[in-house]
Amino acid sequence: MAVDALPEPSIRVTPRRVGRNALRSSPIIVVAIICLTTIVLLAILAPLISPHDPQLLAPALRLKPASAEFPLGTDAYGRDVLSRIIYGGRISLLIGLGAALFSIAIGLLIGLVSGFFRWVDAVMMRIMDGLMAIPSILLAIAVVSLSGASLSTVLIAITIPEIPRVARLVRSIVLSAREEPYVEAAISVGSSLPKIMWRHLMPNTIAPLIVQGTYVCASAILTEAILSFLGAGISPEVPTWGNIMAEGRAFFQIKPSLIFWPGLMLSIAILSVNLIGDAARDALDPRLKQREGRK
Amino acid sequence: MTAAASSAPVVLDIVDLIVSLGKKPDADRIIDGVSLQVRQGETLCVVGESGSGKSVTSLTVMGLLPRNALTPTRGKIILAGENVLEAGDRRLRQLRATTMAMIFQEPMTALNPVVPVGRQIDEVLRVHTGLDARARRERILAMMEQVRLPDVARIFKSYPHQLSGGQRQRIMIAMALVLEPKLLIADEPTTALDVTTQKQILSLIRDLQKDHGTAVLFITHDMGVVAEIADRVVVMRQGRIVETGTLENILRQPTMEYTRNLLASVPSLVPRAPRPASTEPIVLQANALGKIYREHAFLGRGREVTAAADVTLTLRKGRTLGIVGESGSGKSTVARCIVRLIDPTCGEIRLGGHDISTLSRQRLRPHRKRIQIVFQDPYRSLNPRITVGETIAEGPVNYGVPHAEAIKRAGELLELVDLPADAISRYPHQFSGGQRQRIAIARALALDPDVLVADEAVSALDVSVQAQVLELLDEIQTRLGIGLLFITHDLRVAAQICDDVAVMQHGRVVEQGPAGEILTHPQQAYTKQLLDAAPGRHWDFANFRPVAVAAATAS
Repeated sequence: MAVDALPEPSIRVTPRRVGRNALRSSPIIVVAIICLTTIVLLAILAPLISPHDPQLLAPALRLKPASAEFPLGTDAYGRDVLSRIIYGGRISLLIGLGAALFSIAIGLLIGLVSGFFRWVDAVMMRIMDGLMAIPSILLAIAVVSLSGASLSTVLIAITIPEIPRVARLVRSIVLSAREEPYVEAAISVGSSLPKIMWRHLMPNTIAPLIVQGTYVCASAILTEAILSFLGAGISPEVPTWGNIMAEGRAFFQIKPSLIFWPGLMLSIAILSVNLIGDAARDALDPRLKQREGRK
Repeated sequence: MTAAASSAPVVLDIVDLIVSLGKKPDADRIIDGVSLQVRQGETLCVVGESGSGKSVTSLTVMGLLPRNALTPTRGKIILAGENVLEAGDRRLRQLRATTMAMIFQEPMTALNPVVPVGRQIDEVLRVHTGLDARARRERILAMMEQVRLPDVARIFKSYPHQLSGGQRQRIMIAMALVLEPKLLIADEPTTALDVTTQKQILSLIRDLQKDHGTAVLFITHDMGVVAEIADRVVVMRQGRIVETGTLENILRQPTMEYTRNLLASVPSLVPRAPRPASTEPIVLQANALGKIYREHAFLGRGREVTAAADVTLTLRKGRTLGIVGESGSGKSTVARCIVRLIDPTCGEIRLGGHDISTLSRQRLRPHRKRIQIVFQDPYRSLNPRITVGETIAEGPVNYGVPHAEAIKRAGELLELVDLPADAISRYPHQFSGGQRQRIAIARALALDPDVLVADEAVSALDVSVQAQVLELLDEIQTRLGIGLLFITHDLRVAAQICDDVAVMQHGRVVEQGPAGEILTHPQQAYTKQLLDAAPGRHWDFANFRPVAVAAATAS
């Protein structure tokens, strides 16, 4: 019994441990987290902290330079740029978060089913291949122009091209996890298929999906800005970072800051999300973590 | 042999070696004060269970410890007069081919899959000798003949995947010995091989050693292998040496308690006393069972592989039927067909009178609970994210038992398999391999099956743990009257637990009958060959004497 009772080195991946390792690995992550938190707080508290109404037109105050009243100046219609940028963050983050959640939810479902059933796999993956063959911006423009520009159509248009990527990721994890003896053991104790998928297969996908989610989030924010900039996004009077830049384009030579500030916010937001995603990937990757564990 | 070796010069001298986890002086010691010597022409076996530090010792000698993880903090390793621990990287590289060489457990992963094996051996010569291409080729072919490879010119050009496991290990040995090193380290070199191949490799190492006078440091967990090859034996446990002695001394008169227990745990090849023939009802019957794998080719005809054919088995209540065979014999395929994890191509599986071989998923469900399986790898057969209690309760809950009741039953089952009651709320990673296998057995028993299939269920365990698990299975059988279908490659294990044995080869049953008959008076040539290849078959380890003596006292 003495030999039997030898303890195993414990190498479980707990969230707290992951977080601690990620922080230790590089101080840049701390900066990224602070930046993202700030942007999120600004967006949530926008009505409380923005100095002006972002949609209030004031023709007398067109294109004013930065001043105490308008810290970043005003745009071509006399609206406060700072307020518009703060409010713009709301749409961008909403789109980013929404696209990440929806694409993961739908992709997870498709991936689980196609990973487990051969015949569904054959059909589903060909549809996914087809979707991936269409450039995502083009697809988004087509969807928006067919059904009219609104927050929900833009969100749908951005989510659709992300689904195949998530579905393929989940499918590949399920394909290898279903060969594990513990899944076979679940089959032999008579567990139903939904139970096997939910209880034994799905948990394997969580860590990679968190990472994938951050990438989807960043690319959705960017796509939304591109769509707005191209005039194919949410209607122009609604402040989004893309819309602000699109309007600023005409006055680029007189007042470049109209493009600079929203562009800076966009870059910081995307960079932060991507850095956090990279850190999460490093921290959650079992190949990096379990090396030292079992021989 | 021993007398001759004792006067020979010492090739490897390890003095008070300490290897620590990390560089700090107070770090955990993985190797704690190990001293051993290997002389020219001598085989020193280092034997121990997992975690004993035997592999770390050999890697330290080769200078192959993972950097920054394990550090030798004290002691000396003198190889032919030179302290290896003080040698620089460049010197170590030189030493590794010319003075010491190593062969590993898994010859597939130790060879480069995209380079022909001849060129891989050639690389050693190119780096370390000034020979021209023709001389190198001649030397390699001569070496390949020495390791008894057939058709050396063809094998010279072959890729690793085109060779069998035994041939790959021969290539590794050829590569290790081509520069005539003074020391050969063999780290479990036959563990991944079938017994018949193992026997050939062991005698090959023996013969080459005799011809070249190489000192061999042989690492193994298998007492049978020790009895076959060792001159002297070092028993290790938890990084320390428990006992050192000549083979005779260790096997006949072990002085330490641990060594005695280790030897006593080795199952005997002599079958246990047969139980009286059973007239209990038949719980499981396989009739002419077959499984053919079809590769679907896009164009043209697909290839067919027959994994099992015409397998007929009968298992009665409370009895144990063993299926033994080497890898690829189809024994696991049969087990998985019977549990319906894969669908048999033809034949019948009668479980308590019902044929379940062609039932659909829904119609199979009520029958599933009557036959349960325990898998080989206890590290992968339990979901790491689910508590032990939930894992065991999963089956009963599936069949409508209320959750609270199922958990309560799980607690009782844990007691039955000798685990503490508080195990119920813990996760699998908090248990050792043997404990996990007990949990897997508890899970299988939770559904009160009539038949338990154990697919190599003790093969991944250390011998002392293996003995405990076998004992547990036996006890459960007597208590619950369960029918046990026991799949194993290990004849020793089969001899100790089975009432009847079916020997499989190439997907077919070659011989079947009572274990006592089959394992003592085999009729078929293949069975004889298998028995003959079992390592250490002349020793009755548990009684510290050769089998011949045991037979003499018995009669």
